[in-house]
Amino acid sequence: MAFLEVQDLQVYFPIKGGIFNRTVDHIKAVDGVSFEMEQGKTYGLVGESGSGKSTTGRAIIGLEDITSGKILFDGKDITDKKTKNKAFRKDVQMIFQDPYSSLNPRKRVLDIVAEPLRNFEKLSKQEERKRVQELLDIVNVSPDSIFKYPHEFSGGQRQRIGVARAIALKPKLIIADEPVSALDVSVQAQVLNFLKEIQSELNLTYLFISHDLGIVKHMCDNISIMYKGRYVEQGSTADIFENPQHIYTKRLIAAIPDIDPKNREKQFHNRQKVLEEYTQSYNDFFDQDGLAFQLKSISDTHRVALPQKG
Amino acid sequence: MSNELLKIKNLSTSFRIGDEYYAAVDDVTLTLNKNEVLGIVGESGSGKSALAFSIMRLHTRAKIEGEILLNNQNIVKMSTSKLNKIRGDEMAMIFQDPLTALNPLMPIGRQIEENLFLHNKKLGQQGRKKRTIELLNLVGIPRPERVYEQFPHELSGGMRQRIIIAIAIANDPELLIADEPTTALDVTIQAQILDLVRELKEKIHAGIILITHDLGVVAEMADRVAVMYAGQIVEIAPVDKLFANPLHPYTRSLLNSVPAEGQDRLHVIQGVVPTLKNLPRTGCRFAERIPWIDASHHEEHPELHEVESGHFVRCTCYEHFYFPDNKEEQANGVS
Amino acid sequence: MWKFIVRRLLITIPQIIILSIIVFILAQMMPGDALSGLIDPSIDPAAVEQQRERLGLNNPWYIQYVDWVGGILQGDFGQSFRFKMPVTELIGQRMVNTVLLSVVTLIFTYLIALPLGLISGRFNDTLLDQAITGYTYIGFATPLFIFSLFMLWIFGYNLGWFPTSGSVAPGTEPGTIAYWLSKVYHALLPGISIALIQVVSTVQYLRSEIIDTKQKDFIITARAKGAGEQRVYNKHIFRNSLLPIAAFFGWEITTLITGTVFVEKIFSYPGMGLLFLESITQRDFSVANSLVLLFGTAQIMGALLSDIILSIVDPRIRIK
Repeated sequence: MAFLEVQDLQVYFPIKGGIFNRTVDHIKAVDGVSFEMEQGKTYGLVGESGSGKSTTGRAIIGLEDITSGKILFDGKDITDKKTKNKAFRKDVQMIFQDPYSSLNPRKRVLDIVAEPLRNFEKLSKQEERKRVQELLDIVNVSPDSIFKYPHEFSGGQRQRIGVARAIALKPKLIIADEPVSALDVSVQAQVLNFLKEIQSELNLTYLFISHDLGIVKHMCDNISIMYKGRYVEQGSTADIFENPQHIYTKRLIAAIPDIDPKNREKQFHNRQKVLEEYTQSYNDFFDQDGLAFQLKSISDTHRVALPQKG
Repeated sequence: MSNELLKIKNLSTSFRIGDEYYAAVDDVTLTLNKNEVLGIVGESGSGKSALAFSIMRLHTRAKIEGEILLNNQNIVKMSTSKLNKIRGDEMAMIFQDPLTALNPLMPIGRQIEENLFLHNKKLGQQGRKKRTIELLNLVGIPRPERVYEQFPHELSGGMRQRIIIAIAIANDPELLIADEPTTALDVTIQAQILDLVRELKEKIHAGIILITHDLGVVAEMADRVAVMYAGQIVEIAPVDKLFANPLHPYTRSLLNSVPAEGQDRLHVIQGVVPTLKNLPRTGCRFAERIPWIDASHHEEHPELHEVESGHFVRCTCYEHFYFPDNKEEQANGVS
Repeated sequence: MWKFIVRRLLITIPQIIILSIIVFILAQMMPGDALSGLIDPSIDPAAVEQQRERLGLNNPWYIQYVDWVGGILQGDFGQSFRFKMPVTELIGQRMVNTVLLSVVTLIFTYLIALPLGLISGRFNDTLLDQAITGYTYIGFATPLFIFSLFMLWIFGYNLGWFPTSGSVAPGTEPGTIAYWLSKVYHALLPGISIALIQVVSTVQYLRSEIIDTKQKDFIITARAKGAGEQRVYNKHIFRNSLLPIAAFFGWEITTLITGTVFVEKIFSYPGMGLLFLESITQRDFSVANSLVLLFGTAQIMGALLSDIILSIVDPRIRIK
């Protein structure tokens, strides 16, 4: 039994229009996504803006209404918002992209980190403070700073305070939505290292949502590529990077700048070649609406939205 | 004739905090040759954007000292009317955020034409429109006649960035400053925009200053790279030398913080980038972030030393720098 | 854009219906009815009852409501028992005066607001700006009716530059040029008085819009093109800052029409506001109710106007 199982998830947003402002159409933000996750692993969800990757994460935790599909967590159906009970809300936490806006500027660090504790556990003031200090210690923020406000911290520190809040209830699954994309390179490294550390300590499972393939490659065991609400490819990190099958995946990988200037020309030509292939076979890989086809298994771990033949 | 397009001498750009001025760009000297791409890399707070804005003199409240010579004309001392003749004509800028850098209430065509109008009065209205359509074609906008009449909110981020590039290259500038031109864009769009800039460089023969925090972008685009930390250039070298043989501890640390093949833990630079007000102004500015290096290895007044031809490094500490493999030492000190 | 305007128009229909119901219910809750003020208390109650039945005053409320709305749609607002004339006619006379006063006020408001707001926003934090914002603070703090009294005392009584009451010089022939000039002349002092006080919110609004727009990225783009300060302001900052002011316009009109009540009283200016006060103090409920309905409708129409103006000037709404 999978730890988290998503079956044919659809999240549609209505488009209002016409004189009476009725729903005239839908934006299919997530359009039939299925995947399974095992405990203790990191799953990358990659896509460009508008691909539906964030919506997928937000739908799982219950921040978006699910149009159809099924989500099973530890074998229990938690699709409906009402079924997302206390245990679920304790076990699944989210880390947001922007450390500057995701922390309430008028609250002290103590209150920010203690908020989930107050919701789920009845602790005395002393116990609560002790727990918060322990958590801050885990995320490498000085436990003396519990009475400070978010603006007194740097971006990396804020993001780690966000992480402290997320791990306060010892969750099993963390959905990290672009957790480092607002941070500088060196601070990024700090947060990524740290996410890896607490993963092994707490046996965490991550759904790591990002647009940065380099970081996803570094962090994840398994990667899914999303395009216009659908999965185009899914596989182990090696499958995706060493044996990409879908033209969109190939294009994404070719777009990553190479850090070695000696490869510049090679990279440039490679990108031209991939772009050519992309334009030529676009109609084979996408249907009339420009959407990807159903995923097909090509190995035990690797599934690709290959052209429908015949 | 000299091949030098831009020469910056002892440039300091200071901002006022309270009653005092603090230099965000601190005594920077560099040159840019014609048709050369100079990458300037650094993290936020390094002063790289302040440097770009100083060259265009776009700061409204800053104290600028030193010289910025564009074709031997000093921009720092120039009158506003003279400056306005040069801005948008001899030098132009590409901005970071395509979503906010265009006037939301002005049609695309008019925004490009404004730049033509300001610098080429001979071109009539018809001529301006013709040139604008030409520019839209050049930056790869499909159906330029239609886009000419559209408003910014009707275009995607990548398309808007192309418009901003069209505005910048409208008058064939000799100097093009690109301030994080692809940071706000998706990866595939970033690749397209970078390819476009590379293509245009061949066509308009401009010298380009490319400001970015992305080492990959620099590796792909630049001929020469300057690494900035805390308002100073700490290392400057031709691109292949910089990536093959990075010397300054900051450059090396930065390269090691980016995920690479077969690396489990990323390198973390201790401490945080100092704020403008708290910049260490004496000695090696990076010293406090590599405390395991003995103080005696730093220079008292760190200078740029030419290590090999064209490759300069600030301070002598690079000779003694090593990464601490010790995990305790690596744990970042957060106060 | 058309879709937007039609949709916006459709929204006003339920708004007006709800407003009319509220006004009707208020009228019903008032003590007495249309008859009680009209008749001699010594008349036989049975006869009164008969009269009530004949006038439909004993019908259920919804039938009375339909009758009332039906009347209004035909321009019949009922009878004013004080003035002994149809309410429609009475309000009609007064409305001309109020509209004239509003137009005069609006002209002065924009004559004052635009230059002050533009200067204050462009040269923010200079001495000039501080003087202008100082004025706006005084304007916010000064009650309009006290300021009007002050103006009346200085320019009306002491200096004698303006008439102190009425809306036209007595004895002028209606319809002549002299008549209209006299009307405008009478509206000047109250108009300027209101404008001087009411303008401060527009000045502040414009000022903060300009300061806000000044810091936008596209202003830097304009400067980087080599546009001079004057051009940056004229082509980019002012245009973009005036947009929300244009939307303010509809709102400004409604506050004017409904907000002149006390000023009309002070200047004894026979407009709708003065009529409203009179009708309340004299318990002329049919007039008061009609005015409340009109004021409310004006409010709804003002908001409608604002939205339509905005949809015309802002391409982000226009192109949909």
